[in-house]
Amino acid sequence: MESTILRIEQFSAFFGVTGVLKDIKLSIPDKRITAIMGPSGCGKTTLIRCINRMHELNPDATVSGRILLDGEDIYATDPIIVRRQIGMVFQKPNPFPMMSIYNNVIAGYNLNGIRLVQNEKDRVVEESLRKAALWDEVKGALHRRGTFLSGGQQQRLCIARALAMKPEVLLLDEPTSALDPRATSHIEELLVQLKDTVTIILVTHNMAQAARVSDYTAFLYLGELIEFGPSERMFTAPKEKRTEEYLTGKFG
Amino acid sequence: MKVPSIRRRILYDRLFKMIIVLLAFCSILPMLFILFFITSKGISVINWRFLTQLPKPVGEIGGGISNAIIGTLMLIGIATAFSVPVGILAGIFLSENRERSLASLTRLCVETLQGVPSIVIGIVAYIWLVVSTGSFSALSGGVALGLMMLPVIITATEETLKLIPENLKEASLALGVSYPRTILKVILPAGVSGIVTGILLSIARIAGETAPLLFTAFGSPFMNLNIFKPMNSLPLMIFNYATSPYPEWHTLAWGASFILIVFVLGLNLFTKVVTRRWKVQF
Repeated sequence: MESTILRIEQFSAFFGVTGVLKDIKLSIPDKRITAIMGPSGCGKTTLIRCINRMHELNPDATVSGRILLDGEDIYATDPIIVRRQIGMVFQKPNPFPMMSIYNNVIAGYNLNGIRLVQNEKDRVVEESLRKAALWDEVKGALHRRGTFLSGGQQQRLCIARALAMKPEVLLLDEPTSALDPRATSHIEELLVQLKDTVTIILVTHNMAQAARVSDYTAFLYLGELIEFGPSERMFTAPKEKRTEEYLTGKFG
Repeated sequence: MKVPSIRRRILYDRLFKMIIVLLAFCSILPMLFILFFITSKGISVINWRFLTQLPKPVGEIGGGISNAIIGTLMLIGIATAFSVPVGILAGIFLSENRERSLASLTRLCVETLQGVPSIVIGIVAYIWLVVSTGSFSALSGGVALGLMMLPVIITATEETLKLIPENLKEASLALGVSYPRTILKVILPAGVSGIVTGILLSIARIAGETAPLLFTAFGSPFMNLNIFKPMNSLPLMIFNYATSPYPEWHTLAWGASFILIVFVLGLNLFTKVVTRRWKVQF
């Protein structure tokens, strides 16, 4: 078994009195891509939003159980610290519209009031844009606004912005659902390259995408974790009947 | 037989367009008339001395309105200094806590304040600051004007911030940025054009207010820079001079009206520029 970076233990989440996640147990392996898959409304987005505590933006949200990052309970840590260690990329690209490309990448430092000297900033920006495979396309336009980019480029800019904070885990919430097939395959290639440096958790309702890029897959249904294992085995020989039914299109 | 009916339609079409243009013209007519009237009466007295000198006693020729110009700017300054922070913070509160009962109460108060007659706001400022300090003052006038600016700024801020997509806030919070910093460094800058527009329009609205100043700033024939003393302002000066029996003072009042109108017009044009230039595209 590989080393685990994130351990989710007996984790349940509720919005008001409605249970959204029921008793999830999951160990996310370090420096691998884990896909979370399942039909709409199964709680996959809620699960990753609980991992960096973004679900707390909803005042009705409550949780029970533990999520451990390197053995530390993230619910015993300040959410601000948690979110710097666990980056997130959203469904719809959301670069800061009033900032240049450069300032978008460095936003995590600027907005947090972390001071860097100029050449260190330059280095972080270049490194992050290179990691996000965007450097060659934007290096001549770093001081133009980020919203001039195409949708796929904007999404890679958001990935660069998250990577600039040097997170241990990167959460992606259906990052390609708003993009065309070309931009999608670009992002997928990028994710595979990134797994050497960061652990990736990818929420997707696209089974083919999960099969293409992920090392491990978790299948969620109605708030329960049905099955978790290496993607290769999950997609060829699922152990659970419901996984098989979902993969073969019987429901979902 | 289709031909006559089409001809009739074209005729109707033309008639309708003409009526629209005519009515639109009618609506700008009063404004053009005021501008023309004030310009023709007022522009003759405008010169450097008019802008830089103090008013002279009755009977003496000449005299300027420098104290009223400075006074108006200072009153606007006081009103802005007090209403902008309060207004923006209240606007943030309203847009961030839309469902809270305190928010609907606040919204009700803001709407009511918007409808309070300016003379009543003047009386309130009089009781708060003039009676308690025992003297008419620029400060009390500024507070009265600031109270009139508040609802405009609050509403503009709230409406602007409501339109900012939630995913911008999420982007910032997900980078580990604290909530206050997210509001100050992401949400407010994204809405800056709408908020500044609201502030400028509220200034344009109060620049010509006379009623709330009658028993607060009160007016003064002297140059006064002390905010705890009575201070002159353009609308007060126009009111006092236009109701006086002296023809020379009437001319000065026309000149002061011209300056005031130019100021408000300039402010409105500047607002348009701000709205366009500082607009953030989401």
